Amino acid sequence: MSINNQNLISKSEVIMNIKDINLSFGGLKALSGVSLQIKKGEILAIIGPNGAGKSSMLNVISGIYVPQEGVVEWKGEVRNKIAPHDIARMGIARTFQNIALFKGMSALENILTGRNILMKRNLFMEMLYMGLGRRQEEEHRKKAEEIIDFLEIQSIRKTPVARLPYGMQKRVELGRALALEPELLLLDEPMAGMNVEEKEDMCRFVLDVNEQFGTTIVLIEHDMGVVMDISDRVVVLDYGIKIADGTPDKVRSEKKVIDAYLGVG
Amino acid sequence: MDWWFFLEVFVGGLLSGVMYSLVALGFVLIFKASGVFNFAQGAMVLFAALTFVRLLEMGIPMLVAVGVTMAIMVILAIAIERIVLRPLVNQDLIILFMATIGLNYFIEGMAQLVWDSKVHVLDLGIDEYDAFEIGEAFINKFDVYAALIAGGLVLVLSLFFRYTVIGRALRAVADDHQAALSVGIPLRTIWIYVWSTAGIVAMVAGVVWGSKLGVQFAISSVALKAIPVLIIGGFTSVPGAILGGLIVGCGEKLAEVYLGGFVGGAIENWFPYMLALLVLMIRPEGIFGEKIIERV
Repeated sequence: MSINNQNLISKSEVIMNIKDINLSFGGLKALSGVSLQIKKGEILAIIGPNGAGKSSMLNVISGIYVPQEGVVEWKGEVRNKIAPHDIARMGIARTFQNIALFKGMSALENILTGRNILMKRNLFMEMLYMGLGRRQEEEHRKKAEEIIDFLEIQSIRKTPVARLPYGMQKRVELGRALALEPELLLLDEPMAGMNVEEKEDMCRFVLDVNEQFGTTIVLIEHDMGVVMDISDRVVVLDYGIKIADGTPDKVRSEKKVIDAYLGVG
Repeated sequence: MDWWFFLEVFVGGLLSGVMYSLVALGFVLIFKASGVFNFAQGAMVLFAALTFVRLLEMGIPMLVAVGVTMAIMVILAIAIERIVLRPLVNQDLIILFMATIGLNYFIEGMAQLVWDSKVHVLDLGIDEYDAFEIGEAFINKFDVYAALIAGGLVLVLSLFFRYTVIGRALRAVADDHQAALSVGIPLRTIWIYVWSTAGIVAMVAGVVWGSKLGVQFAISSVALKAIPVLIIGGFTSVPGAILGGLIVGCGEKLAEVYLGGFVGGAIENWFPYMLALLVLMIRPEGIFGEKIIERV
């Protein structure tokens, strides 16, 4: 009981506060008047029919899109336009709907690249693999190996990722995001195109990441079973408008949501 | 068959192949990191060589001249990123390629405007005609030194790409821009690194070629020889550029000596392109190129 209580308390702290976002591309309104709070330590799912604005929402969170109107607050401070490569430094990592891995590298190297911004640079030492270069490489290598153990991909560490099956690639991509040690992890359809077993594995990893590292997770997912099982909270978008926000049970029974999915009105 | 003579032609070919590899390396670096075939590489070789030789002529010591030339190539890289590449971010690769054609003419013109268009003698203090004697074969000393320089450069570059933080970032950018950004790798900085490195490699190639041929406008066209080298070795591979260069160098010399007689000679000039064509038909990504894997 006491553990549950602690969870409740920690989950009430808002790490990202998005207020009245309006985002449009030319004449097309992708998001209108959406507000959303992301609470520390929660697993938040964003769902909705195709074209509802889920990916746009994720891109607003990650700072790729800057909405025409509205405010994004990150840890209590208003976040202005940022360069795309600075997002990682803020502690936000992500995976992509269509896997975006470094195809020429092995799984291990992909994960190590995720730690690039945490590494210091000294060309000479690195090339000769001594002093700082060596200590650093070993330290980050250790972290990377921990992630590999965690995701149970020891056997494919040295395999070039282009040769891996789809489910494994998704896992490596998750590993690379985890390598950043992010506070907020964004997953764009992490289970898309997976078979039942792969989905179960991925669900387990998402839950474990959340539990063991306390990482806040926002995910987009189409598989309702998965969403209802693993999320603490579900936000439903339809035509760029937020139509529901609450626990899976609550959202599931809302009429608006059922209508949106069945195509009524 | 005279085996000593064969050895002499063979080794001579290998060593001149190294010179092609040097030029090809510059292309590989930029292609690897951005997928762009940098048409201006030849002009960069010319510009670097001219800068170096003119600095020497001003009486600046060689090491200082090397340092200054390197600095100028880095400044050039920064300018290229700022003026040419940045406005073209997210454009098709063919657009970037077109931009490098323009860049080629600009740098060629600038090199001759800032310095001049005369032929300059570049003397590194190595006698061009001196040779090692191995059995009955003569091996040109200068070519051996050139090969050592190229070998050292390749070793450093390979270590750089494989083991350093920036090297890994370079490879990451080459593979996937979006993913590289998502792990916090800034594209712009990386491009500056790549073009600077390519500029420095161009300098080495320019100095070696320049001391062999004299520093002159024609140097910028040695870049054409790099094309078959790249096709054979693969556009994305540093070792591929070396091996490709060796194959081209060896192939053309041996072909000239042993086959030339049957078809009236002068096949040295087109033989590498024939080889390249053959490779394109059998293995389009080149010997060391990254295999193009597509899932259907």
